[in-house]
Amino acid sequence: MNTPAPPGHPGQHPEAAPRRPRERSDAKVGAARIAQRFADLKAEQRAGLITFITAGDPDIDTSREILKALPAAGADLIELGMPFTDPMADGPAIQKANLRALKSGATVAKTLALVRSFRETDTTTPLLLMGYYNPIYAYGVHHFLSDAVAAGVDGLIAVDIPPEEDDELCLPALRNGMSFVRLATPTTDDRRLPRVLEHTSGFVYYVSMAGITGVGKIDPADVAAHVARIRKQTPLPIAVGFGIRTADQAAAIARVADACVVGSALVDRIAEATAAGGGSATVVNAARELTSTLAEGVRRVVKAATDKGAP
Amino acid sequence: MNSIPNSFKAGPDERGHFGIFGGRFVAETLMPLILELEQAYKDAKADPKFQAEIDRLNKDYIGRPSPLYYADRMTKRLGGAKVYFKRDELNHTGAHKINNCIGQILLANRMGRKRIIAETGAGQHGVATATVAALFGLPCTIYMGATDVERQQPNVFRMKLLGAEVKPVTSGSQTLKDAMNEALRDWVTNVHDTYYIIGTVAGPHPYPEMVRDFQSVIGKEARAQMLEAEGRAPDSLVACIGGGSNAMGLFYEFLDDKDIKIYGVEAGGHGVETGQHAASLTAGRPGILHGNRTYLLQDADGQITEAHSISAGLDYPGVGPEHAWLRDAGRVNYVSITDREALDAFQLCARLEGILPALEPSHALGYVTKLAPTLPKDHILLMNLCGRGDKDIFTIAKALGQNL
Repeated sequence: MNTPAPPGHPGQHPEAAPRRPRERSDAKVGAARIAQRFADLKAEQRAGLITFITAGDPDIDTSREILKALPAAGADLIELGMPFTDPMADGPAIQKANLRALKSGATVAKTLALVRSFRETDTTTPLLLMGYYNPIYAYGVHHFLSDAVAAGVDGLIAVDIPPEEDDELCLPALRNGMSFVRLATPTTDDRRLPRVLEHTSGFVYYVSMAGITGVGKIDPADVAAHVARIRKQTPLPIAVGFGIRTADQAAAIARVADACVVGSALVDRIAEATAAGGGSATVVNAARELTSTLAEGVRRVVKAATDKGAP
Repeated sequence: MNSIPNSFKAGPDERGHFGIFGGRFVAETLMPLILELEQAYKDAKADPKFQAEIDRLNKDYIGRPSPLYYADRMTKRLGGAKVYFKRDELNHTGAHKINNCIGQILLANRMGRKRIIAETGAGQHGVATATVAALFGLPCTIYMGATDVERQQPNVFRMKLLGAEVKPVTSGSQTLKDAMNEALRDWVTNVHDTYYIIGTVAGPHPYPEMVRDFQSVIGKEARAQMLEAEGRAPDSLVACIGGGSNAMGLFYEFLDDKDIKIYGVEAGGHGVETGQHAASLTAGRPGILHGNRTYLLQDADGQITEAHSISAGLDYPGVGPEHAWLRDAGRVNYVSITDREALDAFQLCARLEGILPALEPSHALGYVTKLAPTLPKDHILLMNLCGRGDKDIFTIAKALGQNL
């Protein structure tokens, strides 16, 4: 079993949460791995949990162990942040995570090595790299894409590349069989949405508020209205992030979206456990506990089998 | 560049690109506003009333045109080219920064924005922004690196007197780059009512073009003034480059005068060879930061490295994308001057001409003191004296080992 139900809630909705098939030797990769996961979630009649951590935070070895622990703790998809000195769209929590990671020696090459290591034991959990363009540009776009595909990366989220610059990374990524997940925001109005959705694949990431990561409070009613608006224009699954910190918030968003993204809360937990000084195992446990709690929130909600996500 | 373009003044293209440089590398939350700003600027340019209002404020509020001054004693000391200063340090608020702020505040007003934010390094752009915000009765928040707050105390106090809130930025290197990150974070959070007055020819399109246009009054005036003084255009232009707005302001008018040699002077800090400098065009490589592709100081992994300069206004690891393009096209020569050379030039100017230049144009002057002696006496060299040095006296005293 790749992703057991989190502890404390086994069999809460037995019919709604069928066990996933065991890993197969013909496991899908890239965009197909993401599509498969959302199809599985749909079959399980629930929303997914997407967890974000920064590669190399608090150090390379610990982040490798966290990464490996996340699926068993209830993460359905993983976003792995690529550290950057100037994370302009991020709040203090993720800024600090970036600095910790850079201080620990994280690089693009080491981030890809983490993914390779993760794929040695997990071939079904989709993994997306999330970050800013400059480290990718410095690595070389073509070189980066081929190394990322080889490492087992399924998709990219590039914060600072809007559709107006699609030919930089988005279109080459799609040609390499990866998904390119675009952010839609409260300021992305109906007129602009088609532009944002045009080359988006895998899922749409709806940013629940105008702002930076980790500082605002999410408003489920407002999110519901925007998600409904986006659904009118795309059959892709919609994930929602920015401002989800608790199981209750995750449950509230699971009612309206296909997946919840949690970043700053998890990164904060990693930072606290690191500061407390219990060593690597304590930090991994802290990340595992919060992920289980959030997974429980997401799994409280039984979703109708037909009206959400890809047809 | 494989070939020389028909005009060096045609950029950027409709996507905001100068060759491979420029563009719009921002978060989606900002994109709709960036597009709205681009349209608003197009509309404003087509509206004669907008330019008339800029002209009126330039004349009556800033005090333009700024004088063109023949620096006779400097010329004689250097013993070569005739040295002229474009005196933009005599503008209201003491630097060229106000030229841009007037244009942008009028645009913010047209767009109905109710709150102004800006980043600042030396504090000159912060003071200019606080000034126009006061003039138009809008609340204003200025982001300034904590290191710069420390070394530019007079300007911090000026901004506060003008009613602005100054927020020290403690992230990263605590200088201009981090102030810009923080201003972008504010903007993305308050996108519905806030206008971000970027202070230099950088950031996402349309800022590089727009700021250049508002600053290009410097070059236009200089051409007319030089024609009157000497009956012809200058032979060489020199300006300092941090982000590069005063330089674009002077250079743009003359880019297609192919016989005019143009020099952009970057901050060499302790020397480019030491790694402690802000000379991104000399020692950086192309990359993406703050909304545009340009030359950046960065390590092999694409992490932005810290710039160093005695001048807070030049202490930035990037540069405007149009400069990056002009560099690769070979139209402008980019050189560097160290902290020490700039300090020497500052003192020379103070004693020979009775002018305290800011540390930023002291870099331009440092290069003039090297270049002018190599040129014939009928060669006309025009330097942009883009800011006054009063703000820098504490930094200079410290560098000279004196207590005030």
